[in-house]
Amino acid sequence: MLPEKTVTVEKTLAELDPGETGRVLGIEGSGVLAQRLIDMGLYPGVLAVMLRRAPFGDPIEVEAEGAYITLRKDEARFVKVKKSA
Amino acid sequence: MSKKTIALAGQPNSGKSTVFNSLTGARQYVANYPGVTVEKMTGWYKRKGETVEVVDLPGAYSLTSYSPEERVTRRVLLHDPLSAVINVLDAANLRRSLYLTIQLLEMEVPLILALNMMDVAESQGVGLDVQGLSKELGAPVVPTVMTRGRGREELLDAVADMSKISNLSKNSARSSAAHLNLYPKAASALKELEELLAAEEDLRTDFPVSWLAIKLMEGDSEVLESVRERTGSDRLVVRAHELRAAFEAEHDLRPELYISSQRSQRAAEIARRFEKRRGSDKVPFSERVDRVLCHRFFGPLFLAVIVYGFYYLSFVQGYNLTHYVWPILAGFRSFMEGILPQPGLIELPVFREFVLWIVDNANALLNYVPIFFILFALIAILEDSGYMPRIAFILDRILRRFGLHGQSTLSMILGGVVLGGCAVPAVMATKGIPDEKSRLATILTLPMLNCQAKLPLYFLLISIYFNETVRLPFFGDVSQQSIVIVFIQTISLLFVLPIAKILSMTVLKNMETAPFIMEMPPYHVPTFRGVLGRAIERVWLYIRKITTVVVAIAVVLFVLLHFPGLTPERKTHYEAEKDQAVQAFLASVQGKSLAEELKTEEDVLSLILFQQGYRNLLRSGAKPETREAYGEKNPAFFEIIQNRKSEEARSIERELKKLISFRSTTLTAIRKERIDNSVLGQLGRALEPISKYAGFNWRVNVAVLSTLAAKENSVSTLGALYVKEETGAEADSDNGDTLEARMRDQEEDFTPLHAMALMLFMVLCPPCLPTVMAIKVQTGSTKWMLFSFFFPLLLGLLTAILVFSGGSALGLDGFQAMWRFYLIALSLTIIMAFFKPKSQNKAELWLALRKGGDRTHGDAF
Repeated sequence: MLPEKTVTVEKTLAELDPGETGRVLGIEGSGVLAQRLIDMGLYPGVLAVMLRRAPFGDPIEVEAEGAYITLRKDEARFVKVKKSA
Repeated sequence: MSKKTIALAGQPNSGKSTVFNSLTGARQYVANYPGVTVEKMTGWYKRKGETVEVVDLPGAYSLTSYSPEERVTRRVLLHDPLSAVINVLDAANLRRSLYLTIQLLEMEVPLILALNMMDVAESQGVGLDVQGLSKELGAPVVPTVMTRGRGREELLDAVADMSKISNLSKNSARSSAAHLNLYPKAASALKELEELLAAEEDLRTDFPVSWLAIKLMEGDSEVLESVRERTGSDRLVVRAHELRAAFEAEHDLRPELYISSQRSQRAAEIARRFEKRRGSDKVPFSERVDRVLCHRFFGPLFLAVIVYGFYYLSFVQGYNLTHYVWPILAGFRSFMEGILPQPGLIELPVFREFVLWIVDNANALLNYVPIFFILFALIAILEDSGYMPRIAFILDRILRRFGLHGQSTLSMILGGVVLGGCAVPAVMATKGIPDEKSRLATILTLPMLNCQAKLPLYFLLISIYFNETVRLPFFGDVSQQSIVIVFIQTISLLFVLPIAKILSMTVLKNMETAPFIMEMPPYHVPTFRGVLGRAIERVWLYIRKITTVVVAIAVVLFVLLHFPGLTPERKTHYEAEKDQAVQAFLASVQGKSLAEELKTEEDVLSLILFQQGYRNLLRSGAKPETREAYGEKNPAFFEIIQNRKSEEARSIERELKKLISFRSTTLTAIRKERIDNSVLGQLGRALEPISKYAGFNWRVNVAVLSTLAAKENSVSTLGALYVKEETGAEADSDNGDTLEARMRDQEEDFTPLHAMALMLFMVLCPPCLPTVMAIKVQTGSTKWMLFSFFFPLLLGLLTAILVFSGGSALGLDGFQAMWRFYLIALSLTIIMAFFKPKSQNKAELWLALRKGGDRTHGDAF
C-alpha cells in the first residue's frame, strides 16, 4: 500500500557496510544461485550480519545464524535485505 | 551371510571424515563413482562377528540435483541396500546440520544422528537436549566426540539395533504427515501428486512416494526425468508443471525456494527448542581470528608470511634433507652395479645398462621425496586448519580477473607457484573448485607452473651460462644467477595468469560457471594423524607415478636410444683399438713384481673394476676399516691403486690411468655414435629444421623428447648425451658439476641466449604424461587431455622462437633478452587484468540467473 516506504529501507546484501545487519527479504533470480544461498543458510527471514569485505574489496563475508558465508558482490546483489538499525 | 552396508552422510566440515576414520581405521579404499569424478570412500569394520561396510558419502549441504556430489549422494541413498545411514551433525552448529537431516528424513532412510564435536559445542556453552531431539525427529541420536573416539561404541550399538528393524516401514507414515505440516502452502498440491504417484506400482516399490512428490513440486530435473522414464508417459510430469505454475501464480514464489526456505526455518525452530546457549552473544573464536587474518592490511601480510614459510621450509630445508636421501639412493645404485653382469673393457652388457638406466630415472625422482613430504604436510596443515578458504577469500578478487577462482590457490601452491611442486596432485586438487569454467582454466594452466622436476635443468643452465655479475641501481653488484632464479620463479605466474584469461575468453567461453558461495569453516587445530595421512597419501601418489608411468616410458626411451646400435664394421674398429691399448698397457708393466698377476685382458679388466669399486667406496664416505677390508681382497691391486708405497706402484698406476682414460673416451665415442644412429637421435635431427629457430640442436631435442616421461629426464638425458663417465648413466645429478663442465665443453656454440630460450620453453613445456593422465581423469575428456598437451607445446615453441630468433636479430644476449621478455609478459598480464570481454561477466550472469523467471522470490512467510 505504501510502496515508497518499503523501497527506502530495502537494500541488497552487497550494499551493506561492515557491521551492519539486515533481514533477508527474498532472493532475486532463480535456479542454482537462489538454491545455493538458501542451502548455505541465507534463506528469506534470516538475520544476516555483514562482517567484512575481502582486502581487495570483494568478495564479502556475512554471518547468518551461526553460518559464516563468503560470496561475491555479484551474487550478493541478488539478496534483498531490510536494513536493521 | 550377506555383508551389511551403512552410509555416512553430512555437510562439509561436520567432522564426517573423522567419524569415518574412527569407524574404519586403516581399512579403507578410494574409487570413483561410476561415470563421475566424485570420489567414493569405502571402508569396513568388524564387530561381534559381523563385517560392516561403510560408505563415506560426499559432503553435501543439500540434496538437490545441481551438483554431481549431491546427485551421487541421492543415488546411493535411494538405490543401495543400506541397513543404516549415519547423519553426522556439527553439534556446535545444529541449525545448519539439521537442514540436511530434514531432507534425509524425507527420503525415509533408516537414519541415525551422530551429534559430533560435542566438545566444541560444550566449550561454546551450547547444551543439547539429546532425548528431546531424538523424540522430535523420530531417530536415534548419539552424542560423539570422534576425534577422541567418544561415543563410538554407542554409535555402533545404534547401527546394530537399526539393522534389526525392517527398513522404510517405520517412519514413512509419520514423515508423510510431517511434510504436509512443513509445507502448508503446498499441502494440497503435494497430496495430489502423492496420490498420483502411489497409483504407479513401479514407482511405489522403489521410491518413497512422499519424497518423490516433494521433488516433483521442486521441479527437480533428475526426478522428473526418472518419473517420465518409469511411467512411460508425460502425464505426471505435465501435472507437476501445472501445479508448480499454479503455486507460483498464487504465491509469487517458486515452489522449490518455498520448500527450501521452509526446511531452513524448521531447522532453525528445532535448533532453538533443543539447544540451550549460555552467553550466546560471545563472538566465536574463529571470527575473532578472522578479524586479524582477513583484515584489509594484516590479512595479505600474514598470507605473504605463510607463502614465504612454505618456500623456506619445503624448498630450503627440504633441499637439505635430500643430502641424506641421496646417499641411500646412490647406495642402491652401487648395490645394483655390483650384482648386475659386469662390464667388459668396452662392451657394456645391455641388461646392465638397462637396469641402471631405470634406477637412475627413478632415483632422480625419488630424491625429491623429502621435499614433497614437507610440502604436502604443510598443505595438509593449511587445509585442516581451515585457512585455505581464507586464502580463497583474500585472493579471489585478483584471480577472478584472470578467469581463475579463489579456490584455484590450493592447486597453484601444490603445482609450484612458490617454486617447486608437482602438477599431478595439483590437478587432482582442482576437484574442490565449484566453477567449471575456472576449474578448467586452472587445470590447463597448472602445468605451466614450475614443478620440482623442472628445477634441475634451470639450475644446470643457470650455473653454466649466467655467471656474470651485474650492477643494479639500489642493489649494487648482483650475480646474474640470483636474478635469473627470481625471473624463472616469477615468469611462470606471468604465463599462467594471462593465458588463463585468454583461455577463458576463447576456448572456455561457453563453459558452465557457478556462483562463488563458500562456507568459512571454523578454525581447527590439525591432528597429527590427519596431516601425516594426507602427506603420505600424496607422496605415495607421486611415488606411484614414478613406478608406473615414468618407468614404462623410461623403458621406451631406452629402446629408442639404443636401437639400432653400432654397425659391425664400427664394432670391429673399436675392438681393434681396444686390443692395441691393452697390449700397450701389458707391455709397459711387464716384469714388475706387482704386475705378476696382470697377464691377460681379463686381469686388466678386473684391476680397472677393482679401482672403480674403491672409488665408489670413497665417494660413499666409507670408514677406514671398510676400506682396509676392501684392500685385503687383493693386496697387490690395492697397492697399485693407492700408489703410495713405491715407485713401481706409481708407474703402474700412471699406465692404468692412461688405459682408464682411453676406455672412457672410447665408451663416450661409442655411446655418442649409438645415440646419433638411434631412433630418438634421428627424430631429434628431423626436428632440427624447426627447432633451430628456437636455438635447439638435436641433442636438446632429444632431451626435450625425453621429458615427456618426467621432467627430471631432461638433465639425465643430457647427462647421457654429454657423456664422460665410465658407465655414462652414472653422470647424473649426483655429480652435476661434471655434467656442467661437459656440457660447456662439448657445446661450444651454445650461448646464454640458447639457454634462456630453452628455459622458457621448459616453463611452458607440455605437461609430463602422468599430468596429462591426471587431466584426463579430472576433466573426464580426451579432448581436453589432448589440448592440455599440444597447446603448451605450441606456445612453448613459439615463445622460444620469439626469444631466440628475436634476440639474435636484435643482437641481445640471454640476460638482455630475459628482462625484455619479462617486461612483455608483465605488460600482457596487466592488460589482461583490466581487459573485460564485452557480453560477459555481469550481463551474462544476470541473464543466466533470470532465466526462467524474472521476479523476486521471497516473502515465504
